[in-house]
Amino acid sequence: MAEYHEAAADATASQKLLNWVDNRFPLTKLYNEHMAEYYAPKNFNFWYVFGSLAMLVLVIQIVTGIFLVMHYKPDASQAFASVEYIMRDVPGGWIIRYMHSTGASAFFIVVYLHMFRGLLYGSYRKPRELVWLFGCGIFLCLMAEAFMGYLLPWGQMSYWGAQVIVNLFAAVPFIGPDLALLIRGDYVVGDATLNRFFSFHVIAVPLVLLGLVAAHIIALHEVGSNNPDGVEIKAKKDAKGVPLDGIPFHPYYTVHDIFAVSVFLLLFSAVLFFAPEGGGYFLEYNNFIEANPLKTPLHIAPVWYFTPYYSMLRATTDVMVNILAGIVAVAAVLGIVRGGFGAMGKLALAIIALVAVFLLKTFDAKFWGVVVMGGAVVILFFLPWLDRSLAKSIRYRPGWHKYLYGVFVFFFLVLGYLGSQPPSATGNIVSQLGTLVYFGFFLLMPWWSRMGTFKPVPDRVIFAAH
Amino acid sequence: MTQQRSEPPSEQKIDSGKRTWLIASSCAGVVGVGAVAVPFVASFQPSERARAAGAPVEVDISTLKPGEKMTVEWRGKPVWVIRRTPEQLAELTKVDNELADPKSQRKPDELTPEYARNEYRSRKPELLVVVGICTHLGCSPSDKFVPGPQPSLPNDWPGGFLCPCHGSTFDMAGRVFKDKPAPDNLEVPPYMYLSDSRLIIGEDKKA
Repeated sequence: MAEYHEAAADATASQKLLNWVDNRFPLTKLYNEHMAEYYAPKNFNFWYVFGSLAMLVLVIQIVTGIFLVMHYKPDASQAFASVEYIMRDVPGGWIIRYMHSTGASAFFIVVYLHMFRGLLYGSYRKPRELVWLFGCGIFLCLMAEAFMGYLLPWGQMSYWGAQVIVNLFAAVPFIGPDLALLIRGDYVVGDATLNRFFSFHVIAVPLVLLGLVAAHIIALHEVGSNNPDGVEIKAKKDAKGVPLDGIPFHPYYTVHDIFAVSVFLLLFSAVLFFAPEGGGYFLEYNNFIEANPLKTPLHIAPVWYFTPYYSMLRATTDVMVNILAGIVAVAAVLGIVRGGFGAMGKLALAIIALVAVFLLKTFDAKFWGVVVMGGAVVILFFLPWLDRSLAKSIRYRPGWHKYLYGVFVFFFLVLGYLGSQPPSATGNIVSQLGTLVYFGFFLLMPWWSRMGTFKPVPDRVIFAAH
Repeated sequence: MTQQRSEPPSEQKIDSGKRTWLIASSCAGVVGVGAVAVPFVASFQPSERARAAGAPVEVDISTLKPGEKMTVEWRGKPVWVIRRTPEQLAELTKVDNELADPKSQRKPDELTPEYARNEYRSRKPELLVVVGICTHLGCSPSDKFVPGPQPSLPNDWPGGFLCPCHGSTFDMAGRVFKDKPAPDNLEVPPYMYLSDSRLIIGEDKKA
């Protein structure tokens, strides 16, 4: 608890007011901790703008969302028409709606780049594990928001997309069908589903999301930002305890970010005015047809940001399950022969592998498809403990790590592309390969991340004044 | 920012009686919270109105020509009624080896009523009645009645259905092909003939 401070005798009225507030609420303290005296490394590059941009998009989504709710009707018989009403009859409604729908895609673009930055520079490594975990939680919330929000316009894609995803839960053994029933609130996706998704989309998930965003930033400001060199700037401080390589967030990075915001808004507006549907990727054409429970559109695909995971779901066929069982067996044999386990450890490994293979063969490929899809997101949470490389930043890792990252990104994009296309035999084989690459990248990381010759990490960040 | 931390009052004795009550009342609180959660979770279930919906529907099939399909809504789901041609019926026996469950033996109580556990999966060979919802993730498969090579289908395609979502294929009896995402054949709903030209879907007891 702070002691009561009297304002100086010659203080101006505004200083007196601030003093009055500071004695009752830590305004100046918060401002200093998070802005004026939050020291960020001076060597940030453009990869570091996406966090602020994500905040901006969050604000766009919340503000436009509030205004959309004023005109939208969460009722299966009126929802589609009410969205068209917003688009045609509500003054300014079309642009508010397009801001919201384009904002969703922009959110994922920004967040994917933000996460990739973390991957490049090892931003999730000790002591920033919680920053990363909160971030993964935000990513999950975003996916829930995007999925439930997409049902609301009650178009064909809304309806059948929700039908597919809700049925994913029905694939869970034993409790699945009842779980799907609880989610839908009816035997088919219907009015009850629309109403509860609306409730989750506009209030429940945003509340959790805001809490996680606050936790993400508090955790970040507690440990301090990482940087492209992966050097801890707090290790070298001046006499006042300010990191030698740190500069105050305000004004240095506020200006840096405002520039990024201008560029972002330029691109965002261009999409908004000239291609609000993003060529069918941001808003699918089939979603301009009202939901028809009797007819699935000939080609259904999720919105682009879900397609990599959707590809993995489609790739998990019986053949794929057999391959997975084979991989588990080989991994177990290698672990027993090569791993440094004791007799008990080897036995445990063998039993675990046998149980895993047994389960793989017992439950439907459909269930494993869901597990693969969910696992692809859940595995991100474990990244801080999977990466065991000697250098945080890609700059000081062996050169071939870059190519490995390249392969990973390439297959992620290929999976994304294939997920947007109709199913095909070749596409399926490529998706299966992509799925194995995706999981191999993470699951083998404890081994490959330590291999190769690392470059010496400097004591101080590399920075050239400009 | 470093904060001054005051020393904990270490000399104070732990009052075990108080602590027991503290634990007991915490447990009671948890039970209370659990009990309050019941109505909230229960509200996720289908309402009484949703449960009451789902009456059987009658279908007039007198105008359905061979090779044609009609779709009726039963319990919010599409139900297909298809009058198969003799050629289509002849194909059914040929594809048995390529099917995952040609004899409809899996989950028979849920998917195939007794009277449909045959090669045609129907009461009368030519007339197929199935729920048009893929057993994978609930999309409605599209008609691919024309045999032969075409996009997304094998070259020896015998005619049937293709699910647009994940590429599962079904033959003209709604039986799923092997190594596809869908685990089971399409569901045959309970149905019976009221007369030669009238069906009732959702009911199969003798009237």
